[in-house]
Amino acid sequence: MKPVREIPASLCVIAALAVLATSSAAVSSTRSKAEKNGTPVAFVMPDEATPAELGDAGAEIVVANCATCHSLEYITTQPRGMGPKFWQDSVAKMVKVYSAPIEPVDADAIAATLAKRFG
Amino acid sequence: MTGIDRRLFMAGAGGTLFTAAAAKAAGSVTLPFGNGTRPLVRMPQKRPMILLTTRPPQLETPFSVFNEGLITPNDAFFVRYHLSGLPSEIDPATYTLKLGGHVNAPLSLSLASLKRDFPVTEIVAVNQCSGNSRGFVNPRVGGGQMGNGAMGNARWRGVALKHLLAKAGVREGARQVTFNGLDNPPIDGIPDFVKALDIDHALDGEVMVAFAMNGADLPFLNGYPLRLIVPGHYGTYWVKHLDEINVVDAAFDGYWMKTAYRVPDNACLCVEPGTKPDKTKPIGRFNVRSFVTSHADGAKLAAGRATELRGIAFSGGDPVAKVLVSTADGRNWREAKLGGALGRYAFNEWRTSIELPAGRHAIKVRAQTAGGEMQPLTASWQPAGYMRNVVETIQVEAV
Repeated sequence: MKPVREIPASLCVIAALAVLATSSAAVSSTRSKAEKNGTPVAFVMPDEATPAELGDAGAEIVVANCATCHSLEYITTQPRGMGPKFWQDSVAKMVKVYSAPIEPVDADAIAATLAKRFG
Repeated sequence: MTGIDRRLFMAGAGGTLFTAAAAKAAGSVTLPFGNGTRPLVRMPQKRPMILLTTRPPQLETPFSVFNEGLITPNDAFFVRYHLSGLPSEIDPATYTLKLGGHVNAPLSLSLASLKRDFPVTEIVAVNQCSGNSRGFVNPRVGGGQMGNGAMGNARWRGVALKHLLAKAGVREGARQVTFNGLDNPPIDGIPDFVKALDIDHALDGEVMVAFAMNGADLPFLNGYPLRLIVPGHYGTYWVKHLDEINVVDAAFDGYWMKTAYRVPDNACLCVEPGTKPDKTKPIGRFNVRSFVTSHADGAKLAAGRATELRGIAFSGGDPVAKVLVSTADGRNWREAKLGGALGRYAFNEWRTSIELPAGRHAIKVRAQTAGGEMQPLTASWQPAGYMRNVVETIQVEAV
């Protein structure tokens, strides 16, 4: 990735990896310029990695379903040892309250996988 | 370069593009509760922050930031979303705030009109997530497992909602006002994030539609270009990317009011751990809290010498009147000196000088409001882990 000064002057890119790290002054100058010009502000969702705890083939059903709506840290940052009912209830909430398009048999398999891995 | 090229294309010429090509870890921290290790990541317009989730972005402020000053910098302010359908592009030239419903004359306001045609005011106010400190709740509960960094204090600049409502003309029989933003559900069927305030609250002159934070545009992840400011109230009401306000003539019954963000409707706002409340109500004002910021848990200080302890206290609007500090694990207390210059919704600085003999000491801090509300010495419990405000304790060692 090129530093910000090499980007065409008409466009200000603030990238999290390196550009933002260069200086906060660069941020404020881009911001005020953006407001003055009334130019559109675009946001790209950061790339995400599959957490190591869910990175193997056995967790495929979790990744394939849960990551449709949210990144998987939602799962891996939960307290450990909450018991199987915690995971059953969590998956059921996703299906019933948040309309997650998950078949009942898959929901059961997801809850069982999470309970086995995270207690 | 290919990644950048793709993003340049997406932004179009002349735009400002915020992209975190990857939320690369800039180290990690371990919050002091089970499973509390988190990466520090850089996201657009933010310094390295504690990552809770990537999609939608949820970031916690590293606690040391609260010792840098009473105002939380924009690039360190916490981020919380519910729905991962964030707006991908916002054009301030065409952005429109609509105000309609039970009014005489619906409004459709550009950002320029909002800034030009209404009185602009400022307020310093704390925003705090309902679930701030959830990771410390015992017994543990599900939800966003945050330490104490899902809070921040900023100077908000904008237009009091009452001016917008006055211009539109609230009709007889109005009960509540609802607020919606550009963040949307990622799939059909997920309830959109819409919040409501009672009409009297919406008209109180304090609730604000803010377009600036600490003298700059709102950071994208804090709600650019407009967010609702509800002083003294939990962050769930501070709707981001605000573009739709509706006056309604009945109690709004959307999911995020009727089902989510409810607290036990009893005197302590609490239940026995592991049980469910009989009756609930929407979460409301902050309870009173205080923290030591000058010293972290486990800090060392010089034995037998005067040391200044410093920290912050805040409340839901009943002014913080007193901050008590104990260096003997609560066996005796001294009163700290309060700052208080930023107003009743802001972080209030406290300071006191202590001198400790060699050894380990438990330091506690306890705030009390003018109306007599005081932080509890033992934590109460809610099923969703909201509103934690137990007296904080840090262990220090004098050497």
